[in-house]
Amino acid sequence: MNIRHHFDDATLMAYAAGTLPAGMALLVACHLHWCPECSHRVKQAEALGGALLDRIEPKAMSSNALNELLSRLDDDMATEVSSLVQPAILPKDVPAPLHHYIKGSLDDLPWKRLGYGVHHIDLNLGSKGTTRLLKIAPGVSVPHHTHSGNELTLILRGSYTDEVGRFSAGDVADLDGEIHHQPIVDTDQDCICLIATDSPLKFTGFMGRLVQPFIGM
Amino acid sequence: MQEDKPTGGDVNAVIQIAEEKKKQQRDSWSARLSSLAETRDKSEFAAIFEYFAPRVKSYIMRLGMPLATAEEVTQEAMLSVWRKSHLFNSAKASASTWIFTLARNQCIDRLRREKAVEYELPEEEPDPDQRDMAEHSILEERMQIAISTLPESQAQVLHLSYYEGKSHSEIAEQLGIPLGSVKSRLRLAFSKLKAHWGEEE
Repeated sequence: MNIRHHFDDATLMAYAAGTLPAGMALLVACHLHWCPECSHRVKQAEALGGALLDRIEPKAMSSNALNELLSRLDDDMATEVSSLVQPAILPKDVPAPLHHYIKGSLDDLPWKRLGYGVHHIDLNLGSKGTTRLLKIAPGVSVPHHTHSGNELTLILRGSYTDEVGRFSAGDVADLDGEIHHQPIVDTDQDCICLIATDSPLKFTGFMGRLVQPFIGM
Repeated sequence: MQEDKPTGGDVNAVIQIAEEKKKQQRDSWSARLSSLAETRDKSEFAAIFEYFAPRVKSYIMRLGMPLATAEEVTQEAMLSVWRKSHLFNSAKASASTWIFTLARNQCIDRLRREKAVEYELPEEEPDPDQRDMAEHSILEERMQIAISTLPESQAQVLHLSYYEGKSHSEIAEQLGIPLGSVKSRLRLAFSKLKAHWGEEE
């Protein structure tokens, strides 16, 4: 996978600090599965958390805390291995963290039509903002929009081009309110991406105002 | 006039000794955590608990959890140290960093009221940059120094993010600055820290 577009350091720091909403954290985890470069930077951002933990002023635990915990160790002799998810076979365009939610191929999902050439699936993570899969047909463009908060996009299949550049499988677009863009699918293949926001998008222009109530992103 | 004042060299030597001691301490926590997976020695776990639990508790309290919950979540985080010690890899992270990530995940689970799925990252290709444990702790040592030399405005956003669990938008609101400024301060801080990590700014 030839990844050209990566996360902003600030986004990876928020991920390491644990402050991203669930959907955005899921999207970051997905990209990390594909991108050694961003994984390396996350490790550095986590080391920053470790260094801060070393510097923190300790707060004493209650006097029986250690004994209470030691008594629980015997109940928990089994080490935790099963909690780690390792699906046997993954479709190459479904990273493991996403597989946990969709359990299968992108082709078998119950896509819902959103507008001309656009289908979507809401992952309903119930976190702040929205998290959804978007499937856009060749030649179709998503209406012009800006972002009041942050929007992360991970391309799973196909590609699109916008004012920022060309994005293909594995790439992420890490956008905030300063960016005003209108992606258009630039090959004869559907573009499927995972999109997570921390607040609603604002569509601009006539078409945008028309679809806003339906898309509600 | 200046003769009886300690020279800069002496002061540096004292600092160096203190830093060296701290580094050895951190090295030893990583080594002890590594051996815990094999020995399952409870007295070893107790020592790790005595050092880290009060730090984890302090971290969790700063995230805004009430005292009783903070203590409970700390216990869960320390229990996961025991359960998952076989997953600790001292070549990839120091003990402090690994325990930080466990505590952070424990807090996320608690705040979301649902268990976050944990994902095992794919095994990395052998990396020519692969740093061994000793080197890792030197890097963390440098990072410690770098953190203490950050300008106040950068240190502040770092603390609000990591210690108070504030999102970038919340930090912007609290400080009355644009979201873009919060991010650029964080980026600047990170690039300074990376420089100390031995990478280009």
